[in-house]
Amino acid sequence: MTDLAIEFVGASYAVDGHTIVGPLDLAVHRSETVVFVGQSGSGKTTSLRLINRLLEPTEGAVRVEGRSTLEWDPVRLRRRIGYVIQEVGLLPHFTVARNVGLVPELERWSPDRLRRRVDELLLLVGLLPAEFGRRLPHELSGGQRQRVGVARALAAEPPLLLCDEPFGALDARTRADLQREFKDLIRRLQKTVVFVTHDVREALLLASRIAVFREGRVTFLGTPDEFATTGEPSVRDLRDPA
Amino acid sequence: MSFWQFVAANRGEIGRHTLEHLGLVVVATCIAVAAGVPLGVALTRSPRLRAPILGLANVFQAIPSLALFGFLIPLPFLGGIGARTAIVALVVYALLPIIRNTYAGVSGIDPAVREAAVGMGMTDGELLRLVELPLAAPVILAGVRIATVVGVGIATIAAAIGAGGLGEFIFRGVSMVNNTVILAGAIPAALLALLLDGGLHLVERASDWRRG
Repeated sequence: MTDLAIEFVGASYAVDGHTIVGPLDLAVHRSETVVFVGQSGSGKTTSLRLINRLLEPTEGAVRVEGRSTLEWDPVRLRRRIGYVIQEVGLLPHFTVARNVGLVPELERWSPDRLRRRVDELLLLVGLLPAEFGRRLPHELSGGQRQRVGVARALAAEPPLLLCDEPFGALDARTRADLQREFKDLIRRLQKTVVFVTHDVREALLLASRIAVFREGRVTFLGTPDEFATTGEPSVRDLRDPA
Repeated sequence: MSFWQFVAANRGEIGRHTLEHLGLVVVATCIAVAAGVPLGVALTRSPRLRAPILGLANVFQAIPSLALFGFLIPLPFLGGIGARTAIVALVVYALLPIIRNTYAGVSGIDPAVREAAVGMGMTDGELLRLVELPLAAPVILAGVRIATVVGVGIATIAAAIGAGGLGEFIFRGVSMVNNTVILAGAIPAALLALLLDGGLHLVERASDWRRG
């Protein structure tokens, strides 16, 4: 089995002949956290969506576990990949418990197993099942909603996790707490994570490696230490804003 | 004869026509829901269908109802004298609000919710059943309510083609120039409309996850 979880091979994404992303060549190893950082419009989110086939590359390929996303059944692929987006991604008419158990429910787990898994996950992200399970998302704080979003993404034990600015809408204090807990969690669970943010500090905290995006291309790829010392101009712009 | 005396003397007939009337509207609305909701959903999936289907439904809506009943009489299968023809006409009128509200309700869902659901690995059927229809339900039901109330009014004309209903009294009263007889049809029809409106409004509220 290959050590590569995700691989971009000359992958581009264009709309009406206008290239938005790429060509990208980038490999994500198992159990590492690669953070895509860059300004808005730099192609981070588009690249993330190529991984779970919400978008399809117009040239080249994106491989997940060695297979091109186009060869995967999109539904099977997505159920192997946990997906965390900003708080709006919770289904507003489902209780917290049902949101968390969504993918296992789609996978037709038995009700008993489902309930145990949901309780376990809520505890994992620091929410008491008895207190929060039956609430609707709009009855939670922003930080609590985001915890639910993380729990939901982990529910069916996917080996991969994609996160699109999950903590972007939170106040600084809550964000710092969640970042720390999230880091512990993914390290403990050995997940492979691709994380999109425009917050350099968040990138430095979470990343095994950082990929800097600018105008649809990766201009730098390296460890947080390398990021801190490189003279690459796009990194300098992010690191030391004028 | 006063109105109440007339009602007392004819309560059996009024009851029967009210039930006929209700039957026409309920059957027609059910058929229109069975056809209109899938059509409305289809419009959200292929935008190219939107203009022709909504346009056609609009055109049907614009045909004066008495004329539509008249046009239907000579048609084979759909037409003729009686309840079947009336139901066809009522379905035609009920379709537009149901299609339009289904389309509006489903396409009005926050795109982020839909994207999250697809990103979680929902199939198109699961997306529809678990996310889109439940979230759009209040809007769809508002369309059904409009269709029903309008249908109660239009169904009075069904009596003109022998389909029965409360229109019997109205047409009879008009030809007799007798307001009492007209009212014996019009008042139960108005009450029926109000009752159905109120009942469906409750269903609509109960379907709203924010209040339900």
